[in-house]
Amino acid sequence: MGMSTLQDGFGGYLALFVAGYLATELWRWLGMAVGARLDLAGAPFQWVRAVATALVAGLVARMVIFPAGALASVPMAVRLGAFAGGIALYFGLRRSLAVGVAGGAALLLAAQLVRG
Amino acid sequence: MADDGKWRAAEGSPVPRAIASPRIAFARGLLLFFSVPAAVLFSTALGFGALARDGGFTLAQAIFLAATMNALPNQVILVDQLARNETLAAAALAVTLAAMRLLPMTATLIPLVRGERPRRVLELCAAHFIAITTWIEGNRRLPGLAPGLRLPHYLGIGVAISAAMVLGTATGYALAVGLPAVVTGALLFLTPLYFILSLLATSRSATDFSAILLGCSLGPLFFLLLPGLDLLATGLIAGTLAFLWGRGARPSRRPWHE
Repeated sequence: MGMSTLQDGFGGYLALFVAGYLATELWRWLGMAVGARLDLAGAPFQWVRAVATALVAGLVARMVIFPAGALASVPMAVRLGAFAGGIALYFGLRRSLAVGVAGGAALLLAAQLVRG
Repeated sequence: MADDGKWRAAEGSPVPRAIASPRIAFARGLLLFFSVPAAVLFSTALGFGALARDGGFTLAQAIFLAATMNALPNQVILVDQLARNETLAAAALAVTLAAMRLLPMTATLIPLVRGERPRRVLELCAAHFIAITTWIEGNRRLPGLAPGLRLPHYLGIGVAISAAMVLGTATGYALAVGLPAVVTGALLFLTPLYFILSLLATSRSATDFSAILLGCSLGPLFFLLLPGLDLLATGLIAGTLAFLWGRGARPSRRPWHE
């Protein structure tokens, strides 16, 4: 099934609806079912929250260490340096998200421009 | 709420003080359209829009995917799979594996927005908006609000962040390959930075911090060992270790919502 069968008609949208929307939304519905039984102060909630947090942290590490697309052409040392720099800027300058995020990206950009 | 003042101050008071009614709570959520997370998501969605165009999708299809899926990594996976002529079943499988992460996020956010009486339809809408960005913002902003205001506030956040995603997708589609690679690389770098800083900002317990540390350490390892299942394995193993360690460090002294 290639893009030829995914043209702008109803069939194409149905395919995207199933493989995109339903395949994704299913887990939100299951999450609702699990969440309905969770007490905010209970240990099961703490555990599920730790799982969700670790999962996002794992995704972050994957995005920085094994990046896809244009970021892959940036050397690992530059990525790790700019990442650490962004965190340092965040904690050093009043814990501002904007400063940390923009500062880290600016460091990456600057390092790439200096390298040529 | 003894802990709450300190927590809010530590992150620059993300919770608006004068929220009086559900309507205002919703409107304040909408204002997140003009925020760092919305800007980061917009920038990342530029890349998705360009990718969709590159893969032969129409603008309407790209917007359809952004609005219905509401989960950027999954959108990228679907477009990438179909552009490589994978079967629809293979694409759906890859998408659904990546979407498993939404289960623990929804399971922990829905109890937070739940008010006195159940409002199933609105909770279903809230669940639709759950993705990493809105999960993080919900965790930052909702605990400081009265329970009755959390659901409307979160719905506002969801609409705002979703709008940023759709707008970014359309803009990226229109610009397509107009940006130099150096700039695209820096834009792609915004997302992991925003994720990690928000996780650190929202963390309050030994469990939270060890989950971040362990997740960051084990994530790349499992990416090499169990590609496709790496996020799931990282979440379950690093999360469980962090949970157990947190319990041992300070046994049930600090329930997460206070």
